[in-house]
Amino acid sequence: MHPGLNEILFISTVLFFIGVYGFFTRRNLVTMLMSIELILNSVNLNFIAFNKYLWPNRLDGLFFTIFIIAIAAAEAAVAIAIIINLYRTHKSIDVENAEELKY
Amino acid sequence: MEGSTIIFYLLAALTLGNALLAVTTRQIFRAAIYLLFSLIGIAGLYFWLHYEFIAAVQIVVYVGGIVVLIIFSIFLTQQAGEKMPQQKLSRQLFAALAAFCGLALILVQVFQHVFTATTQAAVEPSVANIGNQMLGTDVGGYALPFEVVSILLLAALIGCIVIALRTKTTNDTI
Repeated sequence: MHPGLNEILFISTVLFFIGVYGFFTRRNLVTMLMSIELILNSVNLNFIAFNKYLWPNRLDGLFFTIFIIAIAAAEAAVAIAIIINLYRTHKSIDVENAEELKY
Repeated sequence: MEGSTIIFYLLAALTLGNALLAVTTRQIFRAAIYLLFSLIGIAGLYFWLHYEFIAAVQIVVYVGGIVVLIIFSIFLTQQAGEKMPQQKLSRQLFAALAAFCGLALILVQVFQHVFTATTQAAVEPSVANIGNQMLGTDVGGYALPFEVVSILLLAALIGCIVIALRTKTTNDTI
């Protein structure tokens, strides 16, 4: 059988929940950021699969993917700036030690 | 089984296997490398779907940009080669249970739902079509979101510089 929409949706769903599992178990801010990247990638894969198999007459899913990639790049850059700043003041990037971030 | 089907399942196994290793390994640098291969697998899936432009963007931005940024931040904030502490077993178990329940719920919904595809003629996702629609100002054009994203990137750039700037007053407290 030739892989179609359901196989790609299976991959993106499994990828999403792998990211969710990593986000729940990790306590290091950099690895939590990696889990978020996995989640964003599964969403991108969903948009491209729906664009390809359900609405091939339009390109909207593709544009959503491009904008999500741009926003993810900006988000990763800001997050890493915050993480490095946190490391400077606390000498640790575990979430347990970052409680004062909210004040 | 034809060649393209085999390639699809190989790419799927590459993506999911490396993603699973990236969230379970205890060495943070290896996690970054597994994430790199997982993102390459997703770029391969985009190539398999014949969305070459998105695949190229994925490789340039994610593999070439974000993962390199993550590796740099690991080197700046972590002692290389040192293992992360083991998580509590109860936390791992409950996280796996929550993820598995969500996975089962979503998969049941996805496989029960009948998707109906449009019957209209397909538009080729070529660079010319993408460029014309992205910078078009007529109905369906994406010129305004394009400008908004460019402002967002500028704001992120300035924000990064301001956040990471070391000021004199915080320098004394370190």
